[in-house]
Amino acid sequence: MNILVCISKAPDTTSKITFKESNTSFNEDGVQFIVNPYDEWYALVRALELKETQGGKVTIISVGGADYEPIMRKALAIGADEAVRVDAQPLDAFQVASEIAAYAADKGFDLVMAGKETIDYNGAQVGGMVAALMHLPYVSNATKMDVAGSEATVERDKQGGTEVLSVSLPAVISAAKGMAEQRIPNMRGIMAARSKPLQVIPSSAPAQLTETVRYELPPEKGSVKLIDPENVNELVNLLHNEAKVI
Amino acid sequence: MNVLVFADSDNGKVAKAAYEAASYGANIATKSGGKATLVTYGQVDNLNELAQYGISDILHAESVDHVDPMQLAALVDAAAQSTGADLLIFSHDYTGKTIAPVVSARMKAGMVTGAIDYPALDGDFVVKTNVFSGKAFAHVKINTDKKVITLLPNSVSKSKSEANANVTAFAPDLGNASVSIKETKIKGGDGINLTEAELVVSAGRGLKAPENWGMIEDLAHELGAATACSRPVADVGWRPHHEHVGQTGIAIRPDLYIAVGISGAIQHLAGVNGSKVIVVINTDPEAPFFKAADYGIVGDAFDVVPKLVAAVKELKASQS
Ligand SMILES: Cc1cc2nc3c(=O)[nH]c(=O)nc-3n(C[C@H](O)[C@H](O)[C@H](O)COP(=O)(O)OP(=O)(O)OC[C@H]3O[C@@H](n4cnc5c(N)ncnc54)[C@H](O)[C@@H]3O)c2cc1C
Ligand SMILES: Nc1ncnc2c1ncn2[C@@H]1O[C@H](COP(=O)(O)O)[C@@H](O)[C@H]1O
Repeated sequence: MNILVCISKAPDTTSKITFKESNTSFNEDGVQFIVNPYDEWYALVRALELKETQGGKVTIISVGGADYEPIMRKALAIGADEAVRVDAQPLDAFQVASEIAAYAADKGFDLVMAGKETIDYNGAQVGGMVAALMHLPYVSNATKMDVAGSEATVERDKQGGTEVLSVSLPAVISAAKGMAEQRIPNMRGIMAARSKPLQVIPSSAPAQLTETVRYELPPEKGSVKLIDPENVNELVNLLHNEAKVI
Repeated sequence: MNVLVFADSDNGKVAKAAYEAASYGANIATKSGGKATLVTYGQVDNLNELAQYGISDILHAESVDHVDPMQLAALVDAAAQSTGADLLIFSHDYTGKTIAPVVSARMKAGMVTGAIDYPALDGDFVVKTNVFSGKAFAHVKINTDKKVITLLPNSVSKSKSEANANVTAFAPDLGNASVSIKETKIKGGDGINLTEAELVVSAGRGLKAPENWGMIEDLAHELGAATACSRPVADVGWRPHHEHVGQTGIAIRPDLYIAVGISGAIQHLAGVNGSKVIVVINTDPEAPFFKAADYGIVGDAFDVVPKLVAAVKELKASQS
């Protein structure tokens, strides 16, 4: 099994989100970056499990500047064999997907895995776009995945339930919670990661189809209206007459 | 501009989110002097109702009954070509989220996911969307002639029109399937779909044990609400995983979110801070959730929730 895992970087889930330059760019000051949880906990770990049982190789790919390398080293410490960084600022999902598809086109991967979405821009776009650009089958939101020969059996969430699907390989799969358990890198992994190959390749200069012109923070909530626990009727009254939601 | 709306069908029906997407698409078409068409597939028992939301034509691919996202994308492609669509609208639900990026990449159409408002139509085409798991919004400009938007459920209201859409049978060639279905597991019962629910009652570790959820279900039942939970209670199996809301669960934006015995960690808030009204019931006056709440009761859930159930019952009785 030759597996490519798409790894993106995201602000730690506890980060306070602020913007700078008149709300046109994300303020990274003091923000701790992590591997996007869906990419790390689920896609990468499941890829490693498949490699461990079936043999093969796990390559990770990120589209980003040198600031991506710490999180790529983390993915190598968890167990990926080698890393590729496409040297370009990720600005738009189509641009990122085009870079990944251009790299992967002639490498003969059996599986390309992504997270179901990044937790910063929540696009849920890159996986499906890579599949379309590479003309490969696609299954999203996979919560379980097994591979036998040239076929994967995938369980995915759907509205009101789950579905078990069978998909022919090569394919693109996006991973959701459930596919694997988080692995904490150990000392040996961290040491080994330092000498694993991290190749930097030039951008294929794809088109960017969208751009973010401005950010906005939600309005501050006014202070909470507290209701006496002995007077629960008052809450129902407020929800009905003031908030008009029931 | 000509607009094409995709409506997912499941179990013989299109979901409520499809009415919103239809209304949204029809509104944009009218404002920009174009026509709105909707494409759907499979058996759809509520097609006549769907036809009342401002769409002029419905293309119905009844014989399509499949799960392959590539085939559904091909269906949308064919419909877009036959209607000359400039803008494609999907609901930001499982199917919409899956096929919209495929369609976008095939057509090289710039895409915005999770839109929460109408696009600006004078000058640049800019769409407002949720980012950072609901902690902020972005205004994203689409630079291509063809455009794709996925619309977050509960973001715009649905609106009926005078005229009914014409329904036409549609049977394009979708190519071979590379994905096939082995098994479907539908989660039990009459539960209200959480992502579409207008009212949600949610509980966390403060309830102490799974057998204490009866009063939460009672409250949901009286209100006609869906139930949700915090992540730790799903992790330990007190509640099913599809109820888990937050950064790593699902994001919802109901009219009313009632949080019982949930502390309000930032990762939890990320999934619910789009709610219009938030009510928090917690014994700890310092619980961070109170800062995000509109109404709060500092009190014991085991005392407050049963009283709340009774009070809602009383209200409903007085209304009927
Ligand atoms: C990467 C990451 C992602 C995460 N994603 C999510 C996510 O998607 N969703 C999510 O929910 N969490 C998520 N978490 C976990 C999150 O940080 C919190 O740990 C979790 O939300 C806490 O759940 P809780 O509020 O139910 O429990 P607790 O934090 O234990 O809070 C229980 C609350 O109940 C109150 N209480 C106790 N007894 C009573 C009573 N009798 N009546 C009323 N109130 C009572 C307490 O005062 C307390 O405030 C994530 C964490 C990480 C690190
Ligand atoms: N800059 C990037 N480099 C590599 N992979 C990425 C990048 N951005 C997104 N991805 C992958 O695509 C998935 C979905 O991202 P998104 O469409 O941005 O929500 C992520 O979980 C990653 O697996």
